[in-house]
Amino acid sequence: MELSGAQIVVQSLIDEGVEYIFGYPGGAVLHLYDALFQQDELKHILVRHEQGATHAADGYARATGKPGVVLVTSGPGATNAVTGIATAYMDSIPMVIISGQVSLPVIGSDAFQEVDMIGITRPCVKHNFLVKDVTQLAETIKKAFYIATTGRPGPVVIDVPKDITAPNIKVPYKYPKKVSMRSYNPVVTGHKGQIKKAVELLLSAQKPIIYSGGGVVLGEASKELTEFTRTLGYPITNTLMGLGAYPATDKQFIGMLGMHGTYEANMAMHESDVIIAIGARFDDRVTGKLDLFCPYAKIIHIDVDPASISKTVRVDIPIVGEVKPVLEQMLELIKDHHKKPNKKALELWWHQIGQWQAVDCLQFDRESALIKPQYVIEQLYEVTKGDAYVTSDVGQHQMWAAQYYPFDKPRRWINSGGLGTMGFGMPAAIGVKLAFPDADVACVTGEASIQMCIQELSTAFQYKTPIKIINLNNRYMGMVRQWQEFSYESRYSHSYMDTIPEFVKLAEAYGHVGIRIDKPEEVRPALEAAFAMKDRTVFLDIMTDRTENVYPMIEAGKGHHDMKLRVATGTSTDRELA
Amino acid sequence: MRHIISILIENESGALSRVAGLFSARGYNIESLTVAPTEDPSLSRMTLVTRGSEEIIEQITKQLNKLIDVVKLIDLAESFHIERELMMIKIRTTGEMRDEIRSMADIFRGNIIDVTPTTYIVEMTGPSEKLDAFVAAIEPSSIIEVVRSGPTGISRGEKGLHL
Repeated sequence: MELSGAQIVVQSLIDEGVEYIFGYPGGAVLHLYDALFQQDELKHILVRHEQGATHAADGYARATGKPGVVLVTSGPGATNAVTGIATAYMDSIPMVIISGQVSLPVIGSDAFQEVDMIGITRPCVKHNFLVKDVTQLAETIKKAFYIATTGRPGPVVIDVPKDITAPNIKVPYKYPKKVSMRSYNPVVTGHKGQIKKAVELLLSAQKPIIYSGGGVVLGEASKELTEFTRTLGYPITNTLMGLGAYPATDKQFIGMLGMHGTYEANMAMHESDVIIAIGARFDDRVTGKLDLFCPYAKIIHIDVDPASISKTVRVDIPIVGEVKPVLEQMLELIKDHHKKPNKKALELWWHQIGQWQAVDCLQFDRESALIKPQYVIEQLYEVTKGDAYVTSDVGQHQMWAAQYYPFDKPRRWINSGGLGTMGFGMPAAIGVKLAFPDADVACVTGEASIQMCIQELSTAFQYKTPIKIINLNNRYMGMVRQWQEFSYESRYSHSYMDTIPEFVKLAEAYGHVGIRIDKPEEVRPALEAAFAMKDRTVFLDIMTDRTENVYPMIEAGKGHHDMKLRVATGTSTDRELA
Repeated sequence: MRHIISILIENESGALSRVAGLFSARGYNIESLTVAPTEDPSLSRMTLVTRGSEEIIEQITKQLNKLIDVVKLIDLAESFHIERELMMIKIRTTGEMRDEIRSMADIFRGNIIDVTPTTYIVEMTGPSEKLDAFVAAIEPSSIIEVVRSGPTGISRGEKGLHL
């Protein structure tokens, strides 16, 4: 079969099993768009801004585990995609981004809409390719998918010059079934000796804790993690990225850890004698001040990426491998081991954890006359029966969603944890809804974040992706304001917008339903009404308490044992902001 | 501590910038870097001299290994190895100085590879310290130009960095 470069791109994606491609046309990709036009297997989702394309593909990838695919033009199309590429990179999300490039002979001449996409994306991709020969195109695409989805996943950019896709140059096409690369051989199973050592240490622990992260979600190891945790009977905490990998409603789950984690999870980390980190990377939002991190613990670390091991925290037993096979290997050893977890020590440990839990660190004022954002998330949980896909933007609302919506399944909680990209949530929700049209998809956001990619409301209308936008509107960039309150004597420098749009009208202008909610008693009925409208995107503009802060909190430079807890100060109406 | 890392990398355009970019993005030092294709033209060999604590060097080697184009690498400082650097130095030489420079070059096992009525170019290879010593022995005002390749290295014995 002889195909043009443009046809090769389209056919390769089809042969790779790609369902959706998120993109925006432009000069350098016109040949590609012409090839897309002449087929109907591969569905193209036209976004309104290339950043939206990357986030939508990213949301699709996080929800399904399949790689997200993006198509953008050269120059500004490419640079607009960079934020979304970096977002995926920081959270190890498999994506393939095809960017148009000016024709080979004019590369380097500052041609119209030329930008060095390979150079710009190099630090925020797993790998990138510039295609210089049309006969290499199919293999390059195969390599890109292979690299993006294996080992520690990540985004891969393929920069395709316009002349490579020219319709008049046709070459034989064959999509490779598989590729191998001498320079890329990710490790799968763990080292047996290390695993044995780890099991010995685990079974001799007095105050153990399991600390698991996004790697468990990415590695499809939720089932193994659950069995592992239940077999041992040890407490488990998840990172922000790992929520849902272990059922949050289970009694062994002691909440998220880190800056806005639970008191009990952070205290247990601090006091523990053996920590097993599984697919987690000791991020600074998790560890707090490194010198104070887990002073009494021996640490086991399972990670597919050797560079994640001992990067910030020195570990005692490193195990390089995919989480799933390694957990299987460990479980087998544990079951056959003559030694069993120390029952007596565990009893004491759980008793201690129970005391920390009694602090009730997630309490908030339930009598408030103002709408508490935490209450909204709790109601969202009830209305969706805990089974929704929840995407979020970045800030206070993100933390509240993580704290008050217990996720029992992996891939249900979709947020930008590493890069912290405002504007991520709504386009990501569109990607999720395309993947799971029958599921409830909620985007928890704030009035600042949502405006960063608000134009994608138009995409949601065009493709009939009925998502529910839960806008916790506190008329502030809440997290910025919170830090300014705590660390800058309440000097609220530019964290307030005094011209916030009327979101109800805005939603309606885009063809959706908008509902404004001002009172706590309106929250539940509005949520029920919104989720009952199965075929409509609904924008719930919820006026929340402006003064509310995220608690508990590890402030900058502090350790896990030094959390700032909520002080009961009466109802929030008593507090006035300057 | 000083480390000398030898890298086999795919001989593709942009491979060098991936390595250089990694160092600048993560704040590591590069003291010197040499690169050339190997006997297999699809592979380049890079020799990189860097400094850092054991933790930093461990991260550097892990991050380098993570680059898709890197096929293999070794830290030569971990075992017995030989290092050589090439230097060419252009020296202003007139009158009596011409004999003096010639005998100095002999002592350091250097070769004079270009002669004009007023200059010599001395070529010299050896460990970097030897080249430093030679430069230090020359009157600074008579040095017109110094060009150094940066060290390359190879491990001793049967061991080697190859596919």
